[in-house]
Amino acid sequence: MLKTTPFHARTAALSQSHAWRRWAGHVAASHYELSHEREYHAIRVAAGLLDVSPLYKYLIEGRDAVRLLDRMLPRDVTRCQPGQVLYTPWCDAAGKVLDDGTLARLAEERFRLTSADPGLLWLEENARGLDVTIRDVSASTAALALQGPRSREILQALCEDDLAGLKYFRILATRLGGCRVEISRTGYTGDLGYEIWLDAADALPLWDALMRTGAAWGLQAAGLAALDLARIEAGLMLLDVDYVSARKALTVDETSTPFELELGWAVDLKKAAFVGREALAQEAARGPAWCFTGIALDWDDYARRFREAGLAPRVPAAPWRMSVPIYSGAAQVGYATSGAWSPMLKEYIALAHLRTPQAAPGTSLDMEVTVAHRRVRAAARVVRRPFFDPERKRG
Amino acid sequence: MATTWDSVIIGGGHNGLTCAAYLARAGQKVLVLEARDLVGGAAVTEEIFPGFRFSVYSYVVSLLRPEIIRDLDLPRHGLHVLPLESTLTPLPNGDHLAQWNDHDQNHAALARHSARDAEIYDKFSRLMHLTGRAVQPFLGMLPPDPASLRPADLRGLAGLGQYMRSLGERQFHTLHKLLTMSAADYLDEWFEGEALKGTKSASGIIGTMQGPRSPGTAYVLLHHYMGELDGVFRAWGFAKGGNGAVSGAITAAARGFGATIRTGAPVAHVRIRNGRATGVVLADGEEIAATRVISGADPRRTFIDLVGEAALPGEFVEAIRRYRFRGCSAKVNLALDALPKFSCLADRSIADDGLARQLMRGAISISPSVDYIERAYDQAKYGEFSSRPYMDIVIPSMLDPGMAPPGKHVMSIFAQYAPYHLNGGWTDARREAFGDAVIDTLSEYAPDLKSLILGRQVVTPADIERTVGISEGSIFQGELSLQQMFFSRPAPAWAQYRTPVDALYQCGSGTHPGGGVMGAPGRLAALSILGEKK
Ligand SMILES: Cc1cc2nc3c(=O)[nH]c(=O)nc-3n(C[C@H](O)[C@H](O)[C@H](O)COP(=O)(O)OP(=O)(O)OC[C@H]3O[C@@H](n4cnc5c(N)ncnc54)[C@H](O)[C@@H]3O)c2cc1C
Repeated sequence: MLKTTPFHARTAALSQSHAWRRWAGHVAASHYELSHEREYHAIRVAAGLLDVSPLYKYLIEGRDAVRLLDRMLPRDVTRCQPGQVLYTPWCDAAGKVLDDGTLARLAEERFRLTSADPGLLWLEENARGLDVTIRDVSASTAALALQGPRSREILQALCEDDLAGLKYFRILATRLGGCRVEISRTGYTGDLGYEIWLDAADALPLWDALMRTGAAWGLQAAGLAALDLARIEAGLMLLDVDYVSARKALTVDETSTPFELELGWAVDLKKAAFVGREALAQEAARGPAWCFTGIALDWDDYARRFREAGLAPRVPAAPWRMSVPIYSGAAQVGYATSGAWSPMLKEYIALAHLRTPQAAPGTSLDMEVTVAHRRVRAAARVVRRPFFDPERKRG
Repeated sequence: MATTWDSVIIGGGHNGLTCAAYLARAGQKVLVLEARDLVGGAAVTEEIFPGFRFSVYSYVVSLLRPEIIRDLDLPRHGLHVLPLESTLTPLPNGDHLAQWNDHDQNHAALARHSARDAEIYDKFSRLMHLTGRAVQPFLGMLPPDPASLRPADLRGLAGLGQYMRSLGERQFHTLHKLLTMSAADYLDEWFEGEALKGTKSASGIIGTMQGPRSPGTAYVLLHHYMGELDGVFRAWGFAKGGNGAVSGAITAAARGFGATIRTGAPVAHVRIRNGRATGVVLADGEEIAATRVISGADPRRTFIDLVGEAALPGEFVEAIRRYRFRGCSAKVNLALDALPKFSCLADRSIADDGLARQLMRGAISISPSVDYIERAYDQAKYGEFSSRPYMDIVIPSMLDPGMAPPGKHVMSIFAQYAPYHLNGGWTDARREAFGDAVIDTLSEYAPDLKSLILGRQVVTPADIERTVGISEGSIFQGELSLQQMFFSRPAPAWAQYRTPVDALYQCGSGTHPGGGVMGAPGRLAALSILGEKK
């Protein structure tokens, strides 16, 4: 039996499409309207409200909380201030990525870690002998993402604290429409946006307050399809889609190191020992064999393929998630894992794993596409992630 | 004079700007001279009432060429086109017709009125799609001159002939019908629903002093389907920030390529020496020298006002004098305190809250039947404005809330017919009387409208002529009727952006392929100028 989130009574009532997906054992709206398109545009032009409650959430408290997290994560947790949030991957001893998420330092000795997969066991294994308590608060903490250029104004209309001071990757405990919440300036859309963490019991009143107030700024409930499109434009990776957790991989080939995922910036080799450090130091010296990067298709070449088949060019109606071969000349040099037509950039973009020599921005490649039931190759070039990076995200 | 420009462009409409961007991209030193204090011509956004921003004239993007979007990298310069997903036609009996982009939703909405229409719609769309695809390449090509013996023209004509023969029989006959029939007659061959036929026929009369029963109006139905072909580029839609944002993005691209753009710089005339354009003179007497002059103003303004008849062959002057403008479209722009309630959506058994709100994000068309529009035209034929006009309405703030203060709205009403040649002429009183006719008519469908109006701007063809400078306020710089399209736009033998004056060119909507915020004339003019140089 699939679980529902604390917002289900509202999200179910809004669903015209009856399009649901699974997310971490929950039912989650793919799109509320018949197409995801408007929900996507709302995220880019006004604001979208997304139920992100299915995320796994762990509270880590105690004298040794910093020690545990600094030992487990490749980022320097000792330098994370209370009120700060870190994005971070984490690895096994071989330096292969297990999962990625955000770590919020809620107080001197209190953190919340989010993850895409269950992570309680890994936390407990690493906590042996330490003075910490670890609680799985996935079900008791509801979470919303409010994303888009008008998100700040909407929150401010409901919040007594001044949100202009809440900087990118910072978190604030406050009240929103009467509910106790934590608001972090984070999200998965690459836009100005916030995530709101609250007691599941307050979920419905807060949803109602946000939707009522947000209407004046064009707020729209948005589902996972719109989120998927936005996160691809933002160049953000997704576990189980763009990479396989070392916990689940059946071959070494399936695993990735942070360097291979272009997350080298989140690996601090100068700090004290942490899980995977030796292996990662070696790889840093050697240089990664793979690179996770963006590619964009050459439209003229793509359209020509369709014309040759007597068709007007078509693009995928919704973002896709599958493995698509990428070639340099005759040789396969990588594979794309997520792709979408970007309605805003008017480009067909994809996220891809490429062998390092072929991963330099500007490199010409070919991606396999299917035209009139035939596999053909369309010209593409390597571009740096993110595809879309507006000033307002950090500003 | 310190500098000589490679190209001076008269008029910073979106076509002049597009032309400038392409020329500058190719390395030319380019100067754009715009008379107004802002660029964009008929594609501008202005804050008419504090906090309320309007696409004062054109209000949706249609057929903006994908190649321009890509060549000029317009998305990176801020172009973001939002889809319009539906068209609502409120009916006098309190019912409504809805058309949706979503296939199933559309089928169900049409079937409420006619199961037959709902079913045949797919067949109609398929044929129009195929025919539209057959015609679409013409939008992007330099029209060959049928009377010329130059190899390029002959090649072009031969290519055209071959192309026409290559069309399937069905498409050829469809094209023939569309070129010769009226929109109303053509639609009668397919559909039975009055509201559906009325609403569809309206696309054939936009900007044209003709009614849906006038022959030749069927052709423009195709444009809609050509737009769909570029569907992924959202060739039809609402630009975030209004149509001024389209001009803004093109301006940014042109500047990025090194073009210089001056506003508040009206050109008084084109300087001509020995039959060759050598520059322009501004209204304040400033002289600007240039290797070539390109006009984005309409053909009458360009040749009669800025060049002068004396410098032109008599036959050409006659052709330009015959070129028809006859503006007949007006705009009413409203600042609203809240979203108006259409009574046709009040019945909860017809439309729930969500659906009603979604329909407010699309187009709203006051076109209950072909007769309704034809009657509106009848009055205009005899020099009066329509007392019950045809209207195409959008509420941009529903798509981009940034167009109005939080919770408030802007409404853009495109209304026909308001003939330029009004009996007695346009006065302030007549303008407001037309505004009243629009509001009164619309209030029959949305009774709370009047109580919500915080500000109202009425723009007649006379106003368009005065502010944007387009002769007779014609929205397309000259009617898009068949006799003045393709190789006859603006005049036979002069459809290739060249003019009888050496080094003088045209790049505005008065040239092929015509009006609309599509940029094609500007691009094609630039490409043909660049091609000539080689
Ligand atoms: C009311 C209205 C509604 C419309 N609705 C739509 C719509 O919804 N969708 C759509 O696609 N199209 C619409 N159109 C048509 C479209 O806006 C025009 O076809 C298009 O914008 C014309 O662009 P252009 O660059 O060719 O010329 P213009 O926009 O006419 O630009 C010409 C420019 O030249 C300048 N100029 C003129 N004379 C001089 C001079 N002597 N010196 C210096 N500068 C000069 C003018 O100020 C102007 O800026 C509409 C037009 C109007 C008027």
